[in-house]
Amino acid sequence: MLHTITRKFLLLITIVFLSGQGVFAQEAAAGAGDAAAGETLFKNNCKQCHSPQDKIVVGPGLKGIEERRDFAWIKSWVQNPDKVIKGGDKYAVDLFNKFNKLSMTAFPAYGDKEIHDILAYIKKANEAPVAAAGAAAGGAAAGQDTGGGKFFNIILVSLLAIMVLVLVALLAVIRLLSTLSKTDESLTQELAEPKPSFGENLKTLFSNATVRSAIIWLFIILGTKATLDGLFSIGVHQGYAPAQPINFSHKLHAGDMEIDCGYCHTGVYKGKQAGIPSSSICMNCHNTIKRESPEIQKIYRAIETNTPVQWVRVHNLPDLAYFNHSQHTAVGGLDCENCHGDIKNMEVVQQRHSLTMGWCIDCHRQTDVNSKGNAYYDKLLSAHEQVSSKPMKVEDIGGLECAKCHY
Amino acid sequence: MEDTNKRYWKGIEELKNDINVVKNADKEFNFDEIEGGTYRRDFLKVLGFGMAAVSLAACDAPVRHTIPYLNKPVDVEPGIPNYYASSYVQGGDYASILVKTVEGRPIKIEGNSLSTISKGCLSAQVHGSLLSLYDNDRLRTPQKKGKEISWSSLDKEVMAGLSSASNIRIVSNTILSPTFKKVIGDFATKYPSAKLVQYDASSAYPLVQANEKSFGKAAIPDYKFENADVIVGINADFLGAWISPLEYNAGWVTNRKVSSAKEGKKAMSRHYHYEPTMTLTGANADYRGRYKPSQEGLLVANLYNKVSEKLGQGSPLAVQKADFEFLDKCAADLVKSGARSLIVIGSSDVSTLVLVNALNALLGTVGTTIDFGNTVNYRQGNDAEMAQFVADLNSGTVDAVIFVDANPVYDHLAGPEIEKGLKKAKLSVAISDRADETASNCTYIALNTHFLENWGDANPKTGYYSLIQPTISNIFKSRQPEASILKWSGSDTAYHYYLKSNWQSNILGGKSWTQALHDGVHELGAAPVAGASFIGNIQEAAAQATAKKGNGLELHVFENTTIGTGKNANNPWLQETPDPISKVTWENTAAFSLKTATELGIAQGDWVKVSAGSTSVELPVLIQPGQPDGTVAIARGYGRTKAGKAGNVGVDVLPLLRGAKGAGNFWADGIQVEKTKSGYTLAQTQTHETYMGRKAVVQETILSEYVKNVKAGRFEPKIATSEGPKRPNTITMWNGHEKKNHSWGMVIDLNTCTGCAACVVSCQAENNIPVVGKAEVARAREMHWVRIDRYYSSDAPRETGYNPNGYKAMEVASDNPEVIFQPMMCQHCSNAPCETVCPVLATTHSSEGLNQMTYNRCVGTRYCANNCPYKVRRFNWFKYFENDDFDYAFNNELGRMVINPEVTVRSRGVIEKCSMCVQRIQAGKLVAKKEKRPLKDGDIKLACSSSCPTGCITFGDMNDPESEISKLLAHEKEGRAFHMLEEINVQPQLSYLVKVRNKDKEDSKVV
Repeated sequence: MLHTITRKFLLLITIVFLSGQGVFAQEAAAGAGDAAAGETLFKNNCKQCHSPQDKIVVGPGLKGIEERRDFAWIKSWVQNPDKVIKGGDKYAVDLFNKFNKLSMTAFPAYGDKEIHDILAYIKKANEAPVAAAGAAAGGAAAGQDTGGGKFFNIILVSLLAIMVLVLVALLAVIRLLSTLSKTDESLTQELAEPKPSFGENLKTLFSNATVRSAIIWLFIILGTKATLDGLFSIGVHQGYAPAQPINFSHKLHAGDMEIDCGYCHTGVYKGKQAGIPSSSICMNCHNTIKRESPEIQKIYRAIETNTPVQWVRVHNLPDLAYFNHSQHTAVGGLDCENCHGDIKNMEVVQQRHSLTMGWCIDCHRQTDVNSKGNAYYDKLLSAHEQVSSKPMKVEDIGGLECAKCHY
Repeated sequence: MEDTNKRYWKGIEELKNDINVVKNADKEFNFDEIEGGTYRRDFLKVLGFGMAAVSLAACDAPVRHTIPYLNKPVDVEPGIPNYYASSYVQGGDYASILVKTVEGRPIKIEGNSLSTISKGCLSAQVHGSLLSLYDNDRLRTPQKKGKEISWSSLDKEVMAGLSSASNIRIVSNTILSPTFKKVIGDFATKYPSAKLVQYDASSAYPLVQANEKSFGKAAIPDYKFENADVIVGINADFLGAWISPLEYNAGWVTNRKVSSAKEGKKAMSRHYHYEPTMTLTGANADYRGRYKPSQEGLLVANLYNKVSEKLGQGSPLAVQKADFEFLDKCAADLVKSGARSLIVIGSSDVSTLVLVNALNALLGTVGTTIDFGNTVNYRQGNDAEMAQFVADLNSGTVDAVIFVDANPVYDHLAGPEIEKGLKKAKLSVAISDRADETASNCTYIALNTHFLENWGDANPKTGYYSLIQPTISNIFKSRQPEASILKWSGSDTAYHYYLKSNWQSNILGGKSWTQALHDGVHELGAAPVAGASFIGNIQEAAAQATAKKGNGLELHVFENTTIGTGKNANNPWLQETPDPISKVTWENTAAFSLKTATELGIAQGDWVKVSAGSTSVELPVLIQPGQPDGTVAIARGYGRTKAGKAGNVGVDVLPLLRGAKGAGNFWADGIQVEKTKSGYTLAQTQTHETYMGRKAVVQETILSEYVKNVKAGRFEPKIATSEGPKRPNTITMWNGHEKKNHSWGMVIDLNTCTGCAACVVSCQAENNIPVVGKAEVARAREMHWVRIDRYYSSDAPRETGYNPNGYKAMEVASDNPEVIFQPMMCQHCSNAPCETVCPVLATTHSSEGLNQMTYNRCVGTRYCANNCPYKVRRFNWFKYFENDDFDYAFNNELGRMVINPEVTVRSRGVIEKCSMCVQRIQAGKLVAKKEKRPLKDGDIKLACSSSCPTGCITFGDMNDPESEISKLLAHEKEGRAFHMLEEINVQPQLSYLVKVRNKDKEDSKVV
């Protein structure tokens, strides 16, 4: 009970903060740049080296950059940092020297709009810590949910154990009562007899036909269930976490470094395959960072010998099922974690979900269609609203039909 | 009951008390004696082992690797197809194309709608050319006398040979490429004795000669079918095989489309066709006449006289009068339409061609439908130069010869002489992709590429340029001909740069190269239409044209739509595509009329030996309605001996022509026919010839009736109910399906479907449809999702009531029947009979009107196929991939590269059928969703509808009032649109439009 109240309270706080934040962010956007567009640009191009806060990743953190430098300087720096350094700008030269004489990638195509957008995003990102904290709290509450599940299991098992004990006790009582109902003689006789040992008790228990058949049936039922479960798990590789040729850590890259998934998996918002990054993408950062690491050396060797890295595929769908990433990410607005689990904490990638058809269907039954602001769904939405007041689920627009995935 | 001692015996064995009968008298089934049967114990053993093996195999999944690019090209994203504009050029055949590639491998050819020549349409052969890229019979390396040789040594040896040669010839088919001609010019500068000899397997040189004689213009004009009200074709299969069929289809169909809208067009051109065998074009004509090959000149001369008479100029030609079907009517119509007529002839006889030119000039068509202002380059072959080359080769004057992607030993009438002469040449090089009939007789094979691996260009018509760009890197150690000739002429420039600089300095005129490469075409626009005045000698021509007489049975050799002249014979897709007329696959036949066959004592199922003089060929008999009596027609392009596994089928008919008096014109007389064997089953996909008056299947009318009533020819069945007769769609026991968003449908215009089979091959490529081979086709197990039903008319009166003999008569096609083509694929019924009988729900209905087929659920009961009224469901009787019994493209690594990754490859034991390209529908919807906009009409194109050369298939969303299909149905619903088998009320998503023939009532067989 306490739990629920706390959780609801936290949620409320989060909502209040988030909505307030939203209003503010929109105002800011009207003034300078579009923070949402800036976020995309930042995540795809800047985030690999810069944090929007103070943290130093490869280059300096960008918090308060607008106070430090004026817009004209930032623009000339973004478009051609080398030129600024060669021009002898003191701040630039100092910066260059401070960060191991690594110069930043130039973005000559970025005009005023793009840079304003990115700056708006940086500003927004630095105004958001409270909301982030709230969201973290919400996440913690959600985390307890899974803990509750485990606890429930324990209760269930102990309840079962208690029930078995009660059964044994009851049987003993029945036996005692039936003995008592016999004649006094036999009673005295029996009482005179020595108390039966525990082993004898068990023996009598098992000689009871009801108990015997109950046990046999229990075994049959459990056996059948185990067999069926086994059969259904053929081809299901939940928990599959093969060793990869390079010890690549998603925890480090996606978790600690917060690199956007789409930076390496370039197809994830565009096509059916998310795609495994080509070695050239690794080189965007690793031509300067951690070059000496033996794992990175493997990539160098691959490039030098012109033999691509053979990664082991973790998530395999059968050929008969069609799956398109962009439908779920770009259109459905789902996060990668929905299907891939908590990638940000995985050292070695593991298949978290069963990826069976039942699992897909479940989600299609429960998920609301991300129809907001997408004119494609307008007609479907109005048709749905005529017959139902509930939100439109994927199921309602044919998401369970065979030829959506099988053709 | 009467007592009787009568006894019955099951068989003679029982009567004789055979020992086996007595022994097994008490057994119901007597299987012991059957050798090789399956015994119970064996069955259990196999079952047990199978179970064990399956469970073992299921224990551990194989490790699957995923291999990314080392350095991903910027514009390639795995899983997202890229399209490149290119051109299909095979000899003089041309089409502007878009090539769909996934991760660097082409998987589909589409039409390029930016081209005003092919207008985004493709033929079966162009679609099929994709599979030739992955032909496993292609050589892997250059060769010298059958042994592998490196390019550097080949170049050295060939260049040494060329330097010491005194008389060099480059032999090729028509070269459309202006840049390649420039390269050959460079080559000739280095080797001054070098000369280019062009020839065409289907030559138009006589036409060029005739045009020079008639108009002083040695060129092929542009034929403007769109300007013609009366079209007369004589032995010119211009919709199927003659010169530039794609272009002619578009022109021809312009005046064949009618509309039931109030202000809609209700006029059609009238098309007469005369031919010595039934061809695609003849089958689509309003009036079709037959003639024997020897009568061609006579036919033309008589037509000329008749037209001249009707124009009041008497009969100027002193020729024997002969009567041909509808010739009077034809002449009258020609006179009526005057300059808006067009007479085309596919003859190879110069004098006959001159006569036709004279007739065109007489009518004034030169300058309206025949345009000398825009001449075409499709056929540049020069037969005189080729004959000279053959003579020079045999006399030993030519000592070095280079064949550029040409195979004259097989496809030229002088083939054997060339083969003989090649032994005298000091240097013989074939630029060829396989050791074909010609290349295997040459010392060197400079391994050729496929056109999809090439850089190149084409100039199909004056003012029209087109680019070819590679869509895959060379699969083998091959080099394109242009690069080889450039190399041998001593240049080290890559052909790509040579091409680019030539375009920039000579063709583009300052326009952007990148834009031209993106568009695939660079068009300067057409010059004004120009005519020419007739200067020929008509009397001399008439005398020559009518001089040749035929004796006895005459042979006519023709080119069909799918295999053509046999260049791409080694293509299982094209071999398995049924011939549009005969519906025969995998071989050619000897076609006779029923009357001639009866006279000769032969029937379908027989094989005959057809002899001309001392040469003979043996092949199966086909009874072909519409075949002139006293003739036999055989398609060329078959009987290759060195094409490869799939191509070496049928018989080569050219040997029969060698030495014949009509050889140049592809006919011979005095043919002897002798039956050799019988009991043969042709691999035909359709054996039923007529539709026996079933108006629910095929509906047609004539123009004059249609003008009066747009519903003319419509058959509207009524069902008797207690409330009187009702339309079938008003009574139903089903609830129907709700289609909230889209309702996908197709409308097929029977009036403009020519039956060319482009959709069949396009669908095969798109949907990974397997090739099953001749034996399986003969068992009616071909897998095509779309078939084209071809029906002939019958002369028998339509039966009502029950009279078996009457129906029998209706099965027999007319001597000269009317023909109708009907593309038939899954009709996506809303009350689908297949869905209700599937025990495992493998076929279900979608909320967008599609009948879905789920392969992974199908257990193969085939109930659905049984219950389908249209018989469009195909069953996978075997596993057609990785199976040596079906050794076609899917049985080798290379061939499997053609597989479309968006579509499942079906395994044994499941049903499949047209999915209405659901993968394309889904992809189109996804693009709209990503762009957050409603779907627009035209976003989605189906494999069949997009490739149709006449645009007879309209696909779209019937829920979208702005879509083309909705607009079309808006007026055709009360006009020509009908559902097939309407009386069973399955409510298909597909509609057909009634065929309208521009025929007079008295000539019509249906009205």
